[in-house]
Amino acid sequence: MATGIKDKVAVLGMGCTRFGERWESAGEDLLVESFQECLKDAGIEKKEIQACWYGCCYDSINVGNSALPASVALKLPFIPATRVENKCATATEAFRGACYAVAAGVYDIVLAIGVDKLKDTGYGGLPAAATDGQMELFIGADKTAPGSFAQLASAYAKKYGVPMEKLKEAMAHVSWKSHQNGAKNPRAHLRNAPSKEAILNAPMIAYPLGLFDCCGVSDGSAAAIVTTPEIAKSLKPNQEIIKVKALQIAASSGEEAMYTEWDGAHMMTGAAAAVRAYQEAGIKDPRKEISMMEVHDCFSITELVTMEDLRISPRGKAWEDVLNGFFDLKGGGVPCQVDGGLKCFGHPIGASGLRMLYEMYNQLLGRWPEERRVKDPRFGLTHNMGGVPLRNVVSVAILGK
Amino acid sequence: MVGIRSYGGYIPRYRLDRKKIYENIEWLNPGNIGLADGEKAVANFDEDGVTMAVEAGMDCISDFQRSELGGVYFASTTQPFLERQNAGVVAAALGMRDDVRSVDFSGSLKAGTSSLIAAFEAVESKRINNLVVCAADCRLGKIGSPQEMIFGDGAAAFVVSDQNVIAEYKGSFSLSYDFVDHYRGRFSKFDRQWEDRWIRDMGYDKVIPEAVAGLLKKYNLKIEDFSKVIYNCHYGSERKKLNKIMKVDEKMVQGMMMEVTGDMGAAHSLVTLAKVLEEAQPGEKILLLSVGNGCDVLYFEVTENIRKARKGKGVSWYLKNKTALDYYFKYLAWRNIISPDMGLRGEEDFPTRWSIAWRSRKSILAFCGSKCTKCGTPQFPPQKICVNPKCGAVDQMEDYYFAEKTGKILSFTGDALASSINPPNIYGNVTFEGGGKHMMNFTDCELKSVQVGMPIRLSFRIRRSDERRDIVNYFWKAIPMQEVK
Repeated sequence: MATGIKDKVAVLGMGCTRFGERWESAGEDLLVESFQECLKDAGIEKKEIQACWYGCCYDSINVGNSALPASVALKLPFIPATRVENKCATATEAFRGACYAVAAGVYDIVLAIGVDKLKDTGYGGLPAAATDGQMELFIGADKTAPGSFAQLASAYAKKYGVPMEKLKEAMAHVSWKSHQNGAKNPRAHLRNAPSKEAILNAPMIAYPLGLFDCCGVSDGSAAAIVTTPEIAKSLKPNQEIIKVKALQIAASSGEEAMYTEWDGAHMMTGAAAAVRAYQEAGIKDPRKEISMMEVHDCFSITELVTMEDLRISPRGKAWEDVLNGFFDLKGGGVPCQVDGGLKCFGHPIGASGLRMLYEMYNQLLGRWPEERRVKDPRFGLTHNMGGVPLRNVVSVAILGK
Repeated sequence: MVGIRSYGGYIPRYRLDRKKIYENIEWLNPGNIGLADGEKAVANFDEDGVTMAVEAGMDCISDFQRSELGGVYFASTTQPFLERQNAGVVAAALGMRDDVRSVDFSGSLKAGTSSLIAAFEAVESKRINNLVVCAADCRLGKIGSPQEMIFGDGAAAFVVSDQNVIAEYKGSFSLSYDFVDHYRGRFSKFDRQWEDRWIRDMGYDKVIPEAVAGLLKKYNLKIEDFSKVIYNCHYGSERKKLNKIMKVDEKMVQGMMMEVTGDMGAAHSLVTLAKVLEEAQPGEKILLLSVGNGCDVLYFEVTENIRKARKGKGVSWYLKNKTALDYYFKYLAWRNIISPDMGLRGEEDFPTRWSIAWRSRKSILAFCGSKCTKCGTPQFPPQKICVNPKCGAVDQMEDYYFAEKTGKILSFTGDALASSINPPNIYGNVTFEGGGKHMMNFTDCELKSVQVGMPIRLSFRIRRSDERRDIVNYFWKAIPMQEVK
């Protein structure tokens, strides 16, 4: 009988580069940067790593296919290395593969690492590539990420009868809060802290999303080394051991895109993954038990509706929680995007899931200065959503002590 | 009895005020002030002759089963393709059977009437029936040219049949002259014309009366026998002169719609016929003529069936369904007369993979999805395993056409990041009446008037143009339906 991942795997070390426009660094350089920090944090030597799961999403844009960009850049000595890709859940998938290998007892020490180098295109936004397949070029809309996610806002406003101006105000608060957090973080891509007024008055990107409703598109890499809790304890007898409590993925069945009943105002995948993750971690009341979150805030409205899919806010009420400061760093609720989020820390797709885990891990260990520290965290939740609301994959991971 | 069984028409939504054109080209050709009255119909950026023919075709086949239609004759001088049959694209978009006849007619402004004559004679032969004849044109004049003022875009379609005929085809007379007034070579985008005097005095003045006299003599008729006379000649004063020469009562002569559409080329006389049929009475005789390197004259008699003929949207509805085009430069960009900067995102290269286009031709061109025979769920694109989570039946699907369905907007956006010649690109999720949904591009709308819950209809449009390889790909778009006054 399967019993899930809870407490079977420990995080031994993590690393994360500064995210941003890393014009000076190749993807391979970024991999080395996060890996070196991770290795030092884990306190082991490279030769002790027995396998590697590597994530990269927009492979053809930069480093190329397969696990070879990582194994060659890191000079991994002929160990098993596997490349995974699952859109924005890519890095969490690399982490999941590594954790499952440890939990299965196949290996003792495994590396999960992710990278994306998105800024070598010459234009803003994600690279224009046929990432939804060739048929999309014939029968799909001429869509972009902001345009696909913007529709959450039009559908949400209609479904819950929230005036668009009110929803825009809540969306502005979502971005304002992330900028406040990101401004304090030396590794974040965007470190400015615009006023809510500036956010509301920014140029329209995809109605009703303005410039500040959209996250940064960045270069970056993040990494984790995982092992069993027993080995972690033996290697780090004087440190609290951070363990994996839940690792869930939910992928669309086509129902949202093709079946009539989905309302377009949330993600069916996110709701399904969250339920399973709480069950796996033994969490009954997430609004009370989750201490902090890093969620997929590719756009402000995505974060807002995700609060409902994750059962932190009741359906149709997330916008009120947002405006009440429930997700602010020191707002007394559940702090969200404590490192700045995709919004400000940045979003190199193949690294994002691991970057979120990096934040939760360091918060759980109390490593950050007070101004950006979450008080006495118990469970840290991460959430990625790859694709578009009508066709996507969502991952939910929970770390704890 | 052979004749027209059903008719449809199409005028694109955008109208360009000729004064607006003139304001921009006055420095170049002040003489065009004489043409700067009224407005011309302008195809949207995602329209061409093929899409307009499909729109007119859909307007006229709504009473038919797809399997009843015998083929497509498509007439145009501005077909998008020299090789890749344009009529074949129209037939596929109309969702016809595979064993139909499709033919392109081109090369002259009389191509529309020639295709009609060919269809009548084919149906008379009893070897084919219910032929869809459609004509569309989208001609271009150079910046500052008279043609830029004169030409407009539009389309018409008819079903030619030997059953339930509403206008009987009684006969025709044709002239073929290598008389060159207008000219376009193989590589020319723009019309070239000789001086107006030549066109009027040696063209219209000679050929129209000769052709009409030929028809009257052939069928032993008098011009007074006709209650409606349709011919294409955009010169107002010349029309007065011609009416006198032919001794035709001006009230019988149908206008050129120059003030509302412009000269629609090979489609012009056919669009006028489609409009005339909207109000025609049994027993009326109609004379239909089009000039172009000679001339075709056709003669119809309206039957009793006209009383019970289905009224589609028709030309009249499309004439009312209009919006002023706000910029002359937008017209130039839409018609690819100038090349605006589409941004680096717009330069990314996506070659057309023809094997996919072939494999999925019914989905792409006819918007054909599948319907589960077990649970009845319509789905698009067609699935092998039913998408209804409570069903999941495997390989129990039948064809299901969405093209004629209406729907509702579930969510939408106006995307300024997407590369578009008409930004912001408006698109969204649509749910269809009877089930099924799809996220698709919207067209013929402005962002400020789009709302969740608004009804939509579907229109066959250009999905993607590959300038580098001169390829056009088509698919269907949603048009948010607004009240037409």
